[in-house]
Amino acid sequence: MNYTRRQALKAGGSLGLFSALVAMGLVKPGDAWAQAWNKGMFETKGMADALKALGASTPTMSTDVVITAPDIAENGAVVPVAAVSKLPKTQQIAYLIEKNPNTVTAVFDIPSGTLPEVQTRVKMGQTSNVMVLVKADGKYYAAQKEIKVTVGGCGG
Amino acid sequence: MADPMKIRAALQGDTVEVRILMAHEMETGARKDSSGKPIPAHYIQTVSAAHNGNVVFSALWGPAIAKNPFLQFKFKGGNKGDKIQVTWTDNKGEKRVDEAAIA
Repeated sequence: MNYTRRQALKAGGSLGLFSALVAMGLVKPGDAWAQAWNKGMFETKGMADALKALGASTPTMSTDVVITAPDIAENGAVVPVAAVSKLPKTQQIAYLIEKNPNTVTAVFDIPSGTLPEVQTRVKMGQTSNVMVLVKADGKYYAAQKEIKVTVGGCGG
Repeated sequence: MADPMKIRAALQGDTVEVRILMAHEMETGARKDSSGKPIPAHYIQTVSAAHNGNVVFSALWGPAIAKNPFLQFKFKGGNKGDKIQVTWTDNKGEKRVDEAAIA
């Protein structure tokens, strides 16, 4: 990574502040989903921290969460990833890419009346596990798939 | 001002399928230009779609969404001719609102 010291400090600072707010009970981790764009959430690295930032430390792995994505992505700059949740009362769907510089990639809000299906295209720096995290009826479920990347798409 | 979005909304049975293509460079901030200077991050952070004034879909994005983002979702309760309004905002505060009718 080529982050400058200043950026690193800034990022660390905002992350620290978010954790502090969580610790103080001012921000409940689960609330992060419904909030406006949150820097701390999107700057987490690695699955454990990312899940923590989303308020879902230990999601249940579920076959009711379906990821449709290629096994091998020739071009990491454009990787189509679709997610479908078969769980009732699905409220949110999130994409997490483990080895990207920012693990949390996208968080989608699913109001009632909207089907728990989403499709978009993501960038991947290298071969990595991609997790789809679903919040349904207040609980977290997830499915994971490894996507092999031939050419990275994060400009490394 | 960024280029307009392409929005297609099609009624299939009782479900409306909405497909959106946004024109945005989605720069992560990690790349460098030919002289080695970092290219500043510039990417869409929030997207929301409304049908008759009700939000039917919203998204928070990090920089890892591909350039010229594509997004597809489905919702129930729409009728032919209804307007779908889509809004995005990026990390530089730019904003774009476009709408399309359900076909």
